[in-house]
Amino acid sequence: MSELLVEMTGISKSFPGVLALEDARFDLLPGEVHALVGENGAGKSTLMKILAGIYKRDAGSIQIKGRDEEVPSPHAAQSLGISIIHQELNLMYHLTVAQNIFIGREPRRGFLLDERALNAKAQQLFDDLHLNLDPRTRVGSLAVAQQQMVEIAKALSYNSAVLIMDEPTAALTDTEIEELFRIIRHLRDQGKGIVHISHRLEELKQISNRITVMRDGRYIATVNTAEAEIQQIISMMVGRTVFEATPELPEKRDPTVVLEVKGLNRGRQVQDISFQLHRGEILGIAGLVGAGRTEVMRAIFAADRPESGEITINGKPAAIRSPSDAVRHGIAYLSEDRKRYGLALGMDVEVNTVLASLRRFANSFGWIRTGATRKTALEHVQALAIKTPGIAQRVKNLSGGNQQKVVLAKWLTADTDVLIFDEPTRGIDVGAKSEIYRLLNDLAKQGKSIIMISSELPEVLRMSHRILVMCEGRITGELSAAEATQERIMTLATQRESVAAA
Amino acid sequence: MQTTTLLARSRVQSILRGDSIQRLLALGALLLLLAFFSAVVPHFASTNNYIDILTATAVNGVLATGVTFVIITGGIDLSVGTGMTFTSVVMGIVAVNLGLPLPLGLLAALAAGALVGSINGALIAKAKLPPFIATLGMLYVTLGMAQVISDVHPIYFDQQPAFQGFFMSKPIVGIPNIVWVMLGGAAIAWILLNKTILGRYTFALGSNEEATRLSGVNVDRWKIIIYAVDGLFIGLAGIVIASRMNSAQPGLGMGYELDAIAAAVIGGTSLSGGEGSVVGTIIGAFLISTLRIGLSVAGIPDQWKSVITGLVVIGAVWLDILRRRSRA
Repeated sequence: MSELLVEMTGISKSFPGVLALEDARFDLLPGEVHALVGENGAGKSTLMKILAGIYKRDAGSIQIKGRDEEVPSPHAAQSLGISIIHQELNLMYHLTVAQNIFIGREPRRGFLLDERALNAKAQQLFDDLHLNLDPRTRVGSLAVAQQQMVEIAKALSYNSAVLIMDEPTAALTDTEIEELFRIIRHLRDQGKGIVHISHRLEELKQISNRITVMRDGRYIATVNTAEAEIQQIISMMVGRTVFEATPELPEKRDPTVVLEVKGLNRGRQVQDISFQLHRGEILGIAGLVGAGRTEVMRAIFAADRPESGEITINGKPAAIRSPSDAVRHGIAYLSEDRKRYGLALGMDVEVNTVLASLRRFANSFGWIRTGATRKTALEHVQALAIKTPGIAQRVKNLSGGNQQKVVLAKWLTADTDVLIFDEPTRGIDVGAKSEIYRLLNDLAKQGKSIIMISSELPEVLRMSHRILVMCEGRITGELSAAEATQERIMTLATQRESVAAA
Repeated sequence: MQTTTLLARSRVQSILRGDSIQRLLALGALLLLLAFFSAVVPHFASTNNYIDILTATAVNGVLATGVTFVIITGGIDLSVGTGMTFTSVVMGIVAVNLGLPLPLGLLAALAAGALVGSINGALIAKAKLPPFIATLGMLYVTLGMAQVISDVHPIYFDQQPAFQGFFMSKPIVGIPNIVWVMLGGAAIAWILLNKTILGRYTFALGSNEEATRLSGVNVDRWKIIIYAVDGLFIGLAGIVIASRMNSAQPGLGMGYELDAIAAAVIGGTSLSGGEGSVVGTIIGAFLISTLRIGLSVAGIPDQWKSVITGLVVIGAVWLDILRRRSRA
């Protein structure tokens, strides 16, 4: 028992409205790399953030080297020898590499900072890790992979016994990953315990000693990597809870291509994306967080300008240089963050409904015909069954599901042919979800073409006529509704460049 | 061999990329402006006029130095102008109305400034008020308090002749001591920003507050300290302006905060935080007073001076944005 570096048992944690962890557990031996896997939202990051003192657990116990510990803060975690490298980079871009690594622990000579000692310490650290970085470079001028290395070096500089890496390879290329794995093996051989959270299962086969699978905030199983098959891990990740309800989808497809994307590129997240969207189709886009799904859609919508690529709408090439061009060409984008990008929260239902098509409701002097806006808003409130005391209600006072319906009403008023939904049911309760599903189906039947990004596999399987799966900025496969299963999607979603299919 | 040249090159690049460019631009603009006025405006090129420009920069230079700290953290301080008035009135009350020794008056001004700054800092760090709102409130509070404690009467320092005697005397190359006070303050600020842990956290906060917090830095405490340092400069400005006018004027102060922020921004301090320098700020302050005095020596009416100052602020920041965009 006492040989365990970390032992977490019975860990529960809930956030408002969500049970993130329920009776989860995890342990870590010295000198091992322990991989933690699971679908998006399985609770991996939450569990590790509890270990790193960022979240407080609601229940359960944590033992570090056999002793019960509270871990109330990141600082406490550090002094217990636990370091975490976060999924998103946490760097100060205006400071240098060395200044970033030793923030809060600057060497000083009396009152003054000792910059020379600081740079020397950082250099020493890089030498130990065989890293080629200049401590005096500003972090903002480094490439993302180098910034990741700075994060790793920073975590290592605490000389921690436990190092948690939350998807450290998401932004790295193969050679950089090799470099990282060399460092990880080096640390493992020194007797440190390393927690490695990753979606890349082949990668875990290479680097880890044990793999723990989580699902829906629960512990599923721990296996020895050497004895585990990737397929077996995938089926543990998705579980047996496959959504049974098969969609009532028209199998004869309207062959009209409404939107065609050819060779779209933008950075690492959007690489050579080509696909077609048919009239009346719901095209599901599956993939793990960071696969580039949102980035592709933003590039099509010109919220971020693509570097190259062609977009054809109804057979005609379309020059889309800004979101307003996209709307004019009949494309609507419903952001995953509707509060930030989708709604004027402080304004009422009526205003939000007509916001994207105000010009149509204004006379030539710019005067808004309120009779018409009121009528339109009332129609949509009825048609979409938006639960609101009235159209004068401020949108921020509505529930998540009804807010989503208001966003939908806005784009229906704008009368676009293509609707791109980015995580349409995020943060929405089950009842409202099924209503959104029904609305999507109705829209498709009416001849609208729909792209739906979703991280929830059952949702993708239930809703889509056709599914594109993405991994690392590329489309790794296309599945028809008939052939799609959770396992198949997960296999494609974790398929790295070397084995990419067309 | 190759690595050293590479290192040297990356050093040059980092200088070219860094905010030192903006400082060089600001310095270039200042020199160009001085050359332009000297060539075009009769009577501009005189030692007395140059000394006037230096003297006119003193108050704004000190305030702008203080506000540079908080702007680098990503904050703002709108209370520096009326805060300055408040501290000068406090000094007047201690040194004149109460008749205590002058050094106590000076200390009282600094203490009052530090108090104003600490309250700003606590409102921002602890009560989580947006800096704009906290310091806007403090703008009115200090303006009102200056009038309350002075009973809306100016306080004259005639009984303390040593005060103006010292600060306005010109023992070194004919430049009044308040200019040296400003430059000394700037030198201290430069050391604080570049050589101490306080400066490091100032930049770190403005660059990425959450990352700084996750690194185990007590972000709230340092914010209060940084605003208190800003407050000390407010107090110093209170001393400088009182010595220039040989009085504490309780009605004064509104508008000085805008000059101070403008000076910092012209000097390359980014309102989104993480970037800035005292040297740039002082150059920015000089640029503003050179422009004002140059235009008034040239006989341009006041209203046009404001228009031109405004255009310079917009132009300076726009150029900076263009430069960054071309770099990205």
